[in-house]
Amino acid sequence: MKELFPKEHVMGFVGSLVLTLAALTVVMFKGMSNGVAMTVLLVTAAAQALVQLVLFMHIGETEDKKALYTTIIYSVVVGLITVFGTLLAMVWGYM
Amino acid sequence: MSMEELFAPMKEPMILGAGISIVVGAIAVFAGLTYFKKWGWLYKNWLTTVDHKKIGVMYIFVALVMLFRGGIDALLMRAQTAVPENGLLNAEHYNEIFTTHGLIMIIFMAMPFIIGLMNVVVPLQIGARDVAFPRLNALSFWLFAAGAGLLNISFVIGGSPNAGWSSYFPLAGIEFNPGVGNNYYAWALQISGLGTLMTGINFITTIMKMRAPGMKLMKMPMFTWSALITNIIITFAFPVLTVALALMTLDRQFGTKFFAMQDGGMDMLWANLFWVWGHPEVYIVILPAFGIFSEVISTFSRKNLFGYTSMVFSMVLISLLSFMVWVHHFYTMGHGVMVNGIFSTTTMLIAVPTGVKIFNWLLTMRHGKISFTTPMLYALAFIPIFTIGGVTGVMLAMASADYQYHNTMFLVAHFHYVLIPGTVFGVLAGYHFWWPKIFGFRLNEKLGKAAFWCIAVGFNVAFFPLFILGLDGYARRMYTYSADTGFGPLNMLSFAGALVMAVGFMLICYNIYYSFRHSPRDLNGDPWDARSLEWATHSPVPEYNFAIVPKINRLDEFWYAKKEGRDITAGKYERIHMPNNSGAPMWMAGVLFLFSFFFVFSVWSLVIVFAVATLGFMAYRSFEKDEGHHIEVAEIEATERRLRGEQ
Repeated sequence: MKELFPKEHVMGFVGSLVLTLAALTVVMFKGMSNGVAMTVLLVTAAAQALVQLVLFMHIGETEDKKALYTTIIYSVVVGLITVFGTLLAMVWGYM
Repeated sequence: MSMEELFAPMKEPMILGAGISIVVGAIAVFAGLTYFKKWGWLYKNWLTTVDHKKIGVMYIFVALVMLFRGGIDALLMRAQTAVPENGLLNAEHYNEIFTTHGLIMIIFMAMPFIIGLMNVVVPLQIGARDVAFPRLNALSFWLFAAGAGLLNISFVIGGSPNAGWSSYFPLAGIEFNPGVGNNYYAWALQISGLGTLMTGINFITTIMKMRAPGMKLMKMPMFTWSALITNIIITFAFPVLTVALALMTLDRQFGTKFFAMQDGGMDMLWANLFWVWGHPEVYIVILPAFGIFSEVISTFSRKNLFGYTSMVFSMVLISLLSFMVWVHHFYTMGHGVMVNGIFSTTTMLIAVPTGVKIFNWLLTMRHGKISFTTPMLYALAFIPIFTIGGVTGVMLAMASADYQYHNTMFLVAHFHYVLIPGTVFGVLAGYHFWWPKIFGFRLNEKLGKAAFWCIAVGFNVAFFPLFILGLDGYARRMYTYSADTGFGPLNMLSFAGALVMAVGFMLICYNIYYSFRHSPRDLNGDPWDARSLEWATHSPVPEYNFAIVPKINRLDEFWYAKKEGRDITAGKYERIHMPNNSGAPMWMAGVLFLFSFFFVFSVWSLVIVFAVATLGFMAYRSFEKDEGHHIEVAEIEATERRLRGEQ
């Protein structure tokens, strides 16, 4: 039975719930300073992404490292453009 | 939810009429299926299928139906504005119609038509037996169908969305839009968008992992390349839409303030997120059309595609640039010169790879032996008309000039000049080109060409006047105007053009009936003397696609094999493993349809019931043992003999 139990998936499920609750503290505890709140959000978001990629999508298991790194670089580039482009258009560059 | 609320839109006679005709039509289909005892056949062969070809056909069928719904919206709008001070539609009804016209044409016509053609063609072009996840593919289709159904019942039950296809806040917020119309918008897009995201992942996996032996990435047909790039864009762009729509739902139904104008909300953030998805979306519907034109132009010029490598690289470049330009949709929001400058530059950059592609198509035709078939006519008309769309796009890309064009009919003319010759001509070219592969006979060329001329001429008559009207200051989305403006005559001309286009689309439908009755059946599977792998198998294609998966040595292997008299499909048959049919995708999408419907009306008890049912389907799937089935050698031999006409 042991090898049939989907340990990784259950860990991932619990992990993502815990991380979501941790992120929720930012809203629940009003006293937090902006810096602390942002740090909590960014750290839990990054951890959440890792949980999804490693435990559910098995990112490390592929043989084809070239395709893997290409995909990661493409994702990071598109993600950064979206985030910083939005900040630029909505906040920094707004008159 | 009260009966009063549900049937409120029926108070208007035109909508009541439409509602009655929907009911009558549904009864007729139901009665017909019962009378001819076709329910079992329909369920077994179509509704539960996981065959990529049949799913593709269903996508295209629904897309054609939606083309007519969106087309009627378009005709109503052009009729309303044909003369000044017209009273055909009131302001509210006009708002609803331009909203649903945009939504239906982009999300429920262009997208499924493209995805339908990808479904039919991509596995055949790479020599695969099906897509990587056949059942997920069926779920994608049914989720899209559920979304389309949800949007299409909105105008009779509860009220249609009316804040434009982009649904900007604060207009789309609960304060200015208290009905259920925009809840429909959020949910119809949400569930069909989930289906599209699954398609994206499915096709990337299929193309990366299931190509025939020897088919390196740079030996793939151009349509498959365009499908790969498109699905990568889908996978990156659609999550943004999912999140934005979820925030919209929270704002409208749970009182959050993400897009509010006070309490720390930011109304223009919706516009920002919408276009972070929306601009890549434009490339999602245009790149596969580019792929189709590449195939069609190369086939009917009897030459290999000029500049294959530069075609691929320009598509890769377009895919990246498509994520860098979204702010050009709202230059007039009031960000500084620096922001507008950056996004002007990236926008103009896109013209470079697109220009490369235009020259590649022209050079493919140079010294070619061109045959003027229906698909080729669409491709030939595409190049000059699309170029007008592209050039006006560069005009709009200049932020300072855009303050003049913004939200005028000039913009409307521009994007129709891009989307119609690009996407619509593209899918129609693909539709005529690959029809014989699916059904085993060609569509009638005379009728096809007549339809082409109606559409191409009608299109220019309908939309060119809008450039002039826009420069004269005619704003988009105005339901009427006074005679003093002088907008009347050109609007009437535009209406006349729209009617000619409508004749063209009716000819396309009549052509299906006519060709089904009269077209000679095609026996060798390659009626156009074409180049890529899908033509190497029989028409109609057997369930398993290829009895023998061909080995690929170069681009257009099939073409060179024909020249050299080799048969790449020869070999010894082995039994073939195929996926089983399943009704689960359809029922699960049906449950999600009901979930969304009751969510729209905030009937929480039923929302919970159907949410649990959806999770139940997923749990069932997790524990289901489904190993697929095998097709035995004897059956393959019999099928192959029958398809070769040997009996």
